[in-house]
Amino acid sequence: MNNDEKLAPSIRLMRRIRIALWAAVAVALLMLGMLSTGINPLRDLSLDKLPFAATFGGPFQLTDKNGARFQSSTLDGKPYAVFFGFTNCPDICPTTLLDASNHLRDLGAQADRLNIVFISVDPERDTPEHLRAYLASFDPRIIGLTGTAKEIADVARAFRIVYEKVPTSGGYTINHSASMLLIDSKGQFSGTVSFQEPQPTQLEKLKRHSQK
Amino acid sequence: MRFIFPAIVVSLLVGSPVFAQDVTVGAIKVAQPWVPAPPNAATSAGGYVTITNTGTEPDTLTGGTATIAGRVEVHEMSMDGGVMRMRELNPGLVIKPNETVTLSPGGLHLMLIDLKERPTVGVPIKGTLVFAKAGTAAIEFKVEPFGTRVPGDSARPAKGSGSGEDTAKGSGSGSGSGSGADSAKGSGSGSGSEAAKGSGSGSGDGQAKGSGSGSGK
Repeated sequence: MNNDEKLAPSIRLMRRIRIALWAAVAVALLMLGMLSTGINPLRDLSLDKLPFAATFGGPFQLTDKNGARFQSSTLDGKPYAVFFGFTNCPDICPTTLLDASNHLRDLGAQADRLNIVFISVDPERDTPEHLRAYLASFDPRIIGLTGTAKEIADVARAFRIVYEKVPTSGGYTINHSASMLLIDSKGQFSGTVSFQEPQPTQLEKLKRHSQK
Repeated sequence: MRFIFPAIVVSLLVGSPVFAQDVTVGAIKVAQPWVPAPPNAATSAGGYVTITNTGTEPDTLTGGTATIAGRVEVHEMSMDGGVMRMRELNPGLVIKPNETVTLSPGGLHLMLIDLKERPTVGVPIKGTLVFAKAGTAAIEFKVEPFGTRVPGDSARPAKGSGSGEDTAKGSGSGSGSGSGADSAKGSGSGSGSEAAKGSGSGSGDGQAKGSGSGSGK
């Protein structure tokens, strides 16, 4: 014999309302509590702003230009800039990598405070060996990464960048998001740098970023 | 006597552009073909050229050849909301009567594909451009240093140094972009595009769209 079955429908309804009200009170108290800790629930209540938030883009595992497995945790604790491209790209990829190399040089000692990462969106052609040879033209501090088709697809999705193969008569080329993404030392997205911006602007952004 | 050496230098300087491969075939004039040396081990390179149609009929650049490349295709790069798009122009690039089209970094380009050797600065690359009506133009690509954006101009300015600093300050929005980044945090990267706009306002050019594309996914 269940108590509920003996109660009139109206009383059951009231009980439900009472539970719902208490739940609302609990949520309100939680939000007040957050305010007192400096979190504004109305502004910050997106998943990745909460203290337990996952990091933007990570964690991920790829293969570096030396063929070793690369864990994204290697990047933890320092801001970094990440750029997606491919070595058969005639213009913006080498331009961006060249700019990044110049910026690393111009940052001087400050360059140690950030990492620059290049992730290939052409895992089919960009083997670790090829990536290593290609990146020899740029600053050796640039971290070059490739992976399996699935790993690249996953990491691109995690960083919210798009890429797609485009067939040509002799093979294929690739469309892809062109901006460098800035990720701060807490693993949060904090802006972009575009190869279309004047180089001094890019450098200034990286300088500021190296302090985040 | 003492004018001879300068005279030789001047004649070399003035004379050299004459060798810069201006070629005419039918109604088509092809000027200044060039290739920026690509990075080490690159298997393809962009090629650029200026083409003028002096005729009364449209003509089409359908492709070409280069001795060091397996094939040459006509491609167009464009930016679409922060996404770089590449496409092959098929059947080719149409040049209207009295029109001059310049293939240059950031847009139309020739793709030299399956490079057999790395283009070397100072070693011209022999090749051809093929036009539907005018036929085949024999050309020589001049190889410019790695990073060149404008032929004859040296590599992409390497160092910011003095003027760089000035420009950086000039964008005085330096701090503006700082707050942009802050607001990016505020709005949460959950909405990527919002965040991008936040930092985009900093320097106020296209890059806001840049990662907008990221969120476009």
